[in-house]
Amino acid sequence: MADKVGAVMVVGAGISGVQTALDLADSGFKVYLVEKKASIGGTMAQLDKTFPTNDCSMCIMAPKLVAVGRHQNVELITGAEVELIQGLPGDFTVTLKKNTLRVNEEKCTGCGECAISCPVETLDEYNQGMKKRKAIFVAYPQAVPLVFSIDKETCIGCGICAQECIAKAVEYERKDQALEVQVGAVILSPGFEEFDARLKKEYGYGEFKNVVTSIEFERMLSATGPFFGTVMRPSDGDIPRKVAFIQCVGSRDEKVGNPYCSSVCCMYAIKEAIIAGEHSPGLKPSIFFMDVRAFGKEFEDYRARAENEYGVKMYRGSRVASVEEDPETKNLSLRYSIGDETNTEEFDLVVLSVGMRPAEDGERLSKKLGFKLNKYGFCETDVYSPLNTSRPGIFVSGSFAAPKDIPTTVAEASGAVAKAAALISEARNTQVTVKEFVPEIDVVGQEPRIGVFVCHCGINIGGTVNVPSVVEYAKTLQGVVYAGENIFSCSSDTQEKVKEKIKEHSLNRVVVASCTPRTHEPLFQNTIREAGLNPYLFEMANIRDQCSWIHMHEPEKATKKSKDLVRMAVAKARLLEPLKKSKLGVLHSAVVIGGGLAGMTAALDIADQGYPVHLIEKEKYLGGNLIKIHHKEGDRKPKDFMNELVGKVRDSKNITVHLDSEVKEVGGFVGNFKVKTPDGEIDAGAIIVATGANEYKPSEYLYGQDKRVVTQLELEQQLDEKTLKAKQVVMIQCVGSRNEKTPYCSRICCSNAVKNAIDIKKASPTTGVYILHKDIRTYGFREDLYREAGDLGVSFLRFPEGTMPTIENKAGQLEVTAFDTVLKEDVMIRPDLLVLSAGITPNEGNEELAKMLKVPLSKDKFFLEAHMKLRPVDFATEGIFLAGAAHWPKFIDETIAQASGAATRAITIICKDFLETEGIIAAVNEMVCNGCGVCEPVCEYKAITIVKDPSNPDKLKAMVNEGLCKGCGTCVAACPSAAMEQKGFKDQQMYAIIDAALQEGK
Amino acid sequence: MSEFEPKIIIFLCNWCSYAGADLAGVSRYQYPTNARTVRVMCSTRVSPQIVLELLKDGADGVMVTGCHPGDCHYINGNYYTERRMEMAHRLLKLTGLESQRLRLDWVSASEGEKYAGVVTDFVKELKGLGPNPVHKDAKLASRLKAAVDASKNFRLKVLSSKEINLISKGNAYGEKINQQSVEGIMEQATEDEFKASLILQLTNKKSQSVKELAKELGEPTDRTIEHVVSLRSRNLLALDHIDGATPKYKAIVTGGA
Repeated sequence: MADKVGAVMVVGAGISGVQTALDLADSGFKVYLVEKKASIGGTMAQLDKTFPTNDCSMCIMAPKLVAVGRHQNVELITGAEVELIQGLPGDFTVTLKKNTLRVNEEKCTGCGECAISCPVETLDEYNQGMKKRKAIFVAYPQAVPLVFSIDKETCIGCGICAQECIAKAVEYERKDQALEVQVGAVILSPGFEEFDARLKKEYGYGEFKNVVTSIEFERMLSATGPFFGTVMRPSDGDIPRKVAFIQCVGSRDEKVGNPYCSSVCCMYAIKEAIIAGEHSPGLKPSIFFMDVRAFGKEFEDYRARAENEYGVKMYRGSRVASVEEDPETKNLSLRYSIGDETNTEEFDLVVLSVGMRPAEDGERLSKKLGFKLNKYGFCETDVYSPLNTSRPGIFVSGSFAAPKDIPTTVAEASGAVAKAAALISEARNTQVTVKEFVPEIDVVGQEPRIGVFVCHCGINIGGTVNVPSVVEYAKTLQGVVYAGENIFSCSSDTQEKVKEKIKEHSLNRVVVASCTPRTHEPLFQNTIREAGLNPYLFEMANIRDQCSWIHMHEPEKATKKSKDLVRMAVAKARLLEPLKKSKLGVLHSAVVIGGGLAGMTAALDIADQGYPVHLIEKEKYLGGNLIKIHHKEGDRKPKDFMNELVGKVRDSKNITVHLDSEVKEVGGFVGNFKVKTPDGEIDAGAIIVATGANEYKPSEYLYGQDKRVVTQLELEQQLDEKTLKAKQVVMIQCVGSRNEKTPYCSRICCSNAVKNAIDIKKASPTTGVYILHKDIRTYGFREDLYREAGDLGVSFLRFPEGTMPTIENKAGQLEVTAFDTVLKEDVMIRPDLLVLSAGITPNEGNEELAKMLKVPLSKDKFFLEAHMKLRPVDFATEGIFLAGAAHWPKFIDETIAQASGAATRAITIICKDFLETEGIIAAVNEMVCNGCGVCEPVCEYKAITIVKDPSNPDKLKAMVNEGLCKGCGTCVAACPSAAMEQKGFKDQQMYAIIDAALQEGK
Repeated sequence: MSEFEPKIIIFLCNWCSYAGADLAGVSRYQYPTNARTVRVMCSTRVSPQIVLELLKDGADGVMVTGCHPGDCHYINGNYYTERRMEMAHRLLKLTGLESQRLRLDWVSASEGEKYAGVVTDFVKELKGLGPNPVHKDAKLASRLKAAVDASKNFRLKVLSSKEINLISKGNAYGEKINQQSVEGIMEQATEDEFKASLILQLTNKKSQSVKELAKELGEPTDRTIEHVVSLRSRNLLALDHIDGATPKYKAIVTGGA
């Protein structure tokens, strides 16, 4: 058999592909990240805010884009498509077609002069055509890679851009290229397409100006969008007062061929409604829902806030038949029905919440690469292997497999890495490069010898700022021994020049005055490191983004400001010190807490990659809740699957199982945890929390008093044993969910109820089945079950939010009464079996475990991840991860994907021999510190502990754990004794820079 | 004729506001040249002391910008920033310098236009206020010095860093304290520490009586007595001599910086 290749190709660079690439690269694999478009980022880059935290999408995503663009183990191949994959799992040859950008990617600096001078315009796709862009363009300002490309369709070939480009990057004749790449595995994440709203003719999209799609509305809300964040009517620019959102446009709709639910539209509509109201006070949003599907973590709370605090009006159980435009006012009148009642209401703007379609490229990829699609055109996967395509060695993540939200996508993106890595784990670290550096020059004690490089950035700086005079000024500053100018400081020949100057003038500090450190500091730091200087002996003055570009018409003032900025940078540079990143040893093993589906999956994923795992389970058996479930899910019984999984865990030589055991104490930190159990102490590099959750034990509806009242789990047992005799079955949803005590939605109960209802009907078609609910939340492809249940004659009755059905035992006969929102009256049913859809409750032990691990819980007492959107399986405390129902209730496939994700994240740590600490971290001046402890609680990373001073046991002092500190500096501002300092931002450095700012310049 | 051009220092957090300021540049929003920017990793690094020191040294305006609440790259850093700047504002009000000279604003990575607008607006406001009079007004200078000293004070540092946790997470007894009462405590502590610092300044070179101090502090003499008592018990103020029936006090200079 051929050797495995330690490289992976990731196809599609939206948030899924980006996360996958970062995790692979951090796990010791080379990554080829292939993207069809010229820049990465996908749909998330177009979003304004994200639910349920209302985070700015670009703010949270941009650092990941920059990280992947910069990672030495990731090769970005943009503007490229996969043509063919040959070979066997572990050793594939992939053929790619790289479409020409007509710009030399090596030379383009992204300065944008070409686009400014380009004379032809076309619609800007990034802004959904609501704005124009030039024929030579970059999708959005923060794009990665920041390389312009020519859109041949629009370009008239006038030659202006080539003339304007000082870097000589424009190459009109540049050809498409065929590429061949060797990889061990492939992960597909080409994402989704939005539904074409034109296909719903009755809503008038494309015809009526004031009917827009949700993604257009997203751009309208964005500060970087066409309207700068002010919501305006496209017809007349007025701020709309009444805005209607129509849900399920291209979802749950058999007529247009998309019978499935798109899973995300309810939440994004609520978010857009909230944000629109925030941007334009007085704006009144209304949302027309069939069901409000707020099933994710904290979603229900968000929904409630939208209604109660933001006044978002929600029309539940409604269907909009048509939209008509008033030809005079361009207002829109909606005809909608709720039950049998039909109404009309006028709005100023209508937003169509368009659903998700499979990636446009999906069919072509499926044919060319030989994997199956499901009946809706999404990538086919199985409940028990949600990350595998039908072709071995090719994996999938994100919305290409089913519509899903960002956190689920990100967890899967990490999850797919575990599957690919298990296949090629023996080839880890074979294709990655480790940079060798010359030894560092010791500059401690030397007088500062500062070199200042001032950049023209073509004409971006030089066109406004008088660069030669800034250079002359720099020469007069204390400590500066060299100052010079560059046309492009970032070009590779300039890097060589900088290195030469360092040698020639024995420079020991370098200042570059050019663009922004956010994108370019690492490049220059790398350059000076190559010349033997510690990378922290570097300072930047941003005289482009924050000077020449914003003061284009004030060259004199801009020049004066540039001098000031250079003076400030030099003042700090004089005081810069080399910072060391210390190395912390890492144990190549993990602890997994919880032996259910999530825990066993994570343990196996880690073990399959060759690392030892300790699996701690509090019961006397493995398998958690699911091992008791006989009822079929997918094409098999969870119990059978679980037994198989237990067998694999037992057989794995890398897994040590600790049954009837529990965590007693946790010490140490990332890379070196010490976990105490009754069996002894376990050392591990990472910890995964997978402690699960429980079914709620109802205290209502005579449960436990009357044998005819059961939970869904108990019903499944009856179905399985074929002992179900009832002729009239009533199911009540949200028992122990969405009420005052437990306000959250338990996510899985609707689908379980509907599935069980189908089984009852199939076994006995004459049995009456009623499902009493507030909303039916059968999201994604689970909508198929809802439809099937309806077809089989299951009756659905909606009762209002804030109420619950009641029960009475009248002379031995159960009577259930609920208010029917369609009939608008009480309906009474006499069931001979009442099934309670009991919610999911968090483990009682969560609080204690959370305290030991020093990780937080959400207000619902589930574990709280580091970031609800982009770090769904990480805790803020490094080295500890989260999976399964301990995080939030979820289905089998979701649990598996998330558990694999947690395993991957743990492996990014334990596969390393050592971790490097941050350079910019806090440090304690022990002479001054008196151990008052003010700093300890302000640190979000638990990096500070108050310990006894070893030299003086009566004295306390603060100690910073360098492995945990992220270098934010909050402890420095908190310290009452000025004992805490932030390396690189020390008090004296801060004062040097601000004193220089106050000096009168020239 | 040259118009007054205010000198402004703006602190930008690396992750949101600095990116927003960059975006303003990328989008070519034009705004006045007055601001000199200082990048920090997180706005939470900017202590009240730093901003007050800048105003004391003659900056016409100081602005601190960070991620919007909830967006902080370091989870909660900006909440601390908010509380600390609140304290700086309280101190500033006590000095008599216009408190509008210190601004806190949130600018996200996508708010280039907002950033340009905020800076433009700040410049306009400062032009309306005119130059920072600190170099021409010895009294103000000494009050600003007192504010700087107070901002370094142990008690205020502790309170301003503990405030959030007391309100949101609970105190040592597991009780949550309501925001109003914490703010009440802060308000009082800030005023007390400011006045204490001012008394130490006033008595540094020349001994002063309670009446003289009360006049400078602009408060009833019985309040001043409280400060004097407290400073004496902290061993920072000593009785210098008694002038007739009037005791005069002098600051105890301990040397060092």
